[in-house]
Amino acid sequence: MFEKTGIPSKEMVMEKFPSQDRINKGPVAIVECYREIPCNPCETACRFNAIRVGEDINNIPQINFDKCTGCAICLSKCPGLAIMIADGSKSEDTVEIKIPYEFLPLPGEGQVVKGLDREGKHITDVKVLKVTNPKSFDRTPVITIEVDRKFLYEIRNIRVEV
Amino acid sequence: MKQAEIVVIGGGPAGLCAAMSAAKSGAGVLIIDRNKSLGGQLVKQTHMFFGSEKQYASTRGIDIPEILLKELAKYKDKVEIKTNSTAVGFYEDGVITVLEKEDKYYKVEPKAVVVATGAYEKFLSFPNNDLPGIYGAGAVQTLMNVHGVKPGNRVLMVGAGNIGLIVSYQLMQAGVKVAAILDAAPKIGGYLVHASKIRRMGVPILTSHTVKEAIGKDFLEKAVVCKVDEKFNPIPGTEITFDVDVMCISVGLTPLNELLAMRGCRMKYVPQLSGLVPVRDENYETTVENIFVAGDASGVEEASAAMVEGYLAGLCAAAKIGYKPDDFYERRKDYMNQLNNLRSGPAARHILAGLDQIRR
Repeated sequence: MFEKTGIPSKEMVMEKFPSQDRINKGPVAIVECYREIPCNPCETACRFNAIRVGEDINNIPQINFDKCTGCAICLSKCPGLAIMIADGSKSEDTVEIKIPYEFLPLPGEGQVVKGLDREGKHITDVKVLKVTNPKSFDRTPVITIEVDRKFLYEIRNIRVEV
Repeated sequence: MKQAEIVVIGGGPAGLCAAMSAAKSGAGVLIIDRNKSLGGQLVKQTHMFFGSEKQYASTRGIDIPEILLKELAKYKDKVEIKTNSTAVGFYEDGVITVLEKEDKYYKVEPKAVVVATGAYEKFLSFPNNDLPGIYGAGAVQTLMNVHGVKPGNRVLMVGAGNIGLIVSYQLMQAGVKVAAILDAAPKIGGYLVHASKIRRMGVPILTSHTVKEAIGKDFLEKAVVCKVDEKFNPIPGTEITFDVDVMCISVGLTPLNELLAMRGCRMKYVPQLSGLVPVRDENYETTVENIFVAGDASGVEEASAAMVEGYLAGLCAAAKIGYKPDDFYERRKDYMNQLNNLRSGPAARHILAGLDQIRR
């Protein structure tokens, strides 16, 4: 179905996630690159050697969750915008999620926006904690949102209503 | 008659890299491009490129011409650039005729040529496909990303290849609503990371669907689409009507290389490379000596491959006319390895199958 709709199945998504324990320890990257394409900037960007693509740049990136610090450099470098960061260390009820968001208007910090799943369906409202848009991110702003833990595996996008 | 060592026809990604590569080897290069400025289609590509560092991966396409032109400027004593200039003929005696700004017409006689003329868009037949509001994807990108003009308010994208997916995303970035993306094929043709990022904006992707007709009096008002079976025949009763004022046709490209055919290069129809392409050797030299090809003109592929083909063709063209640098074999091997690497995955399987058919 993924090839027909662009929506990965729940199983595909789960396979890319680290354990809950790892997420609760602190920020970590989740690389949703499901199909082999010739591309390796995530590997090149990682200063901690946590992402490996290898000599054949068509390989699917493999991430070492122990080495990953969740620094989000790869998130801004991925041409497919396929990377997000999850951090479960801040609260028992919520997780902090970082996603790329290349649309205007950017949300404001503290603003409540629509939280969307991988189909673009509104599943919950989320609070914007931070908007990071330095020059080094090259016009791929990164939005940090606070999300109810039960949507950890569903949340993937936001909509800012104007 | 103007004399030149190497003429590069087309100043897009392949042509710019070919010129740079040839000039780096010491050859004099004349770039001829019909547009006002160089860069070809790169000037419209606001998204980050795939590939690896050597092909400027993760850099936005719009920023690549500047990088390449800066590099090219290092060889400015060797390089002459003619913009607003169209190569209109390429004759058996090796002479190229050029029309500059529609009033100056002259001949050039080069020792070697790299044809990097790119590709043109395919179109789709359906009733009323000439209504205003029905565009090719290239035109939509030119309007939006070059001139800052919104093509309309609500778009139906026809074609889920990389261009259709990317242009849909760019339309949404410009504040245009994309009603749906459809494709007659049973599967999404473009990279699925692109598909996913559009899908999570809420845009449906309808595979096995085609356009039945366009409806409108003075301009497009509605588009009727329907499902197709495995043989691409419309299935009656499956029609869906979209209220849209723009239909964007993105059903693929065809190599633009009539100049090579005119010059007498052996051409072959290769579906996997999207049309008629020149037979060539591994150095990208065609069946006519000292005539090289690079980029989409040699078969439609990603811009990253076009750039590497340009480097390779420029290097080999310069070597053929006496500018063979000490590191020739090293550079050639590097470019060939890069191409192999870009093409080694499942996304490029059709390209390899196509290349097998045109190897000299």
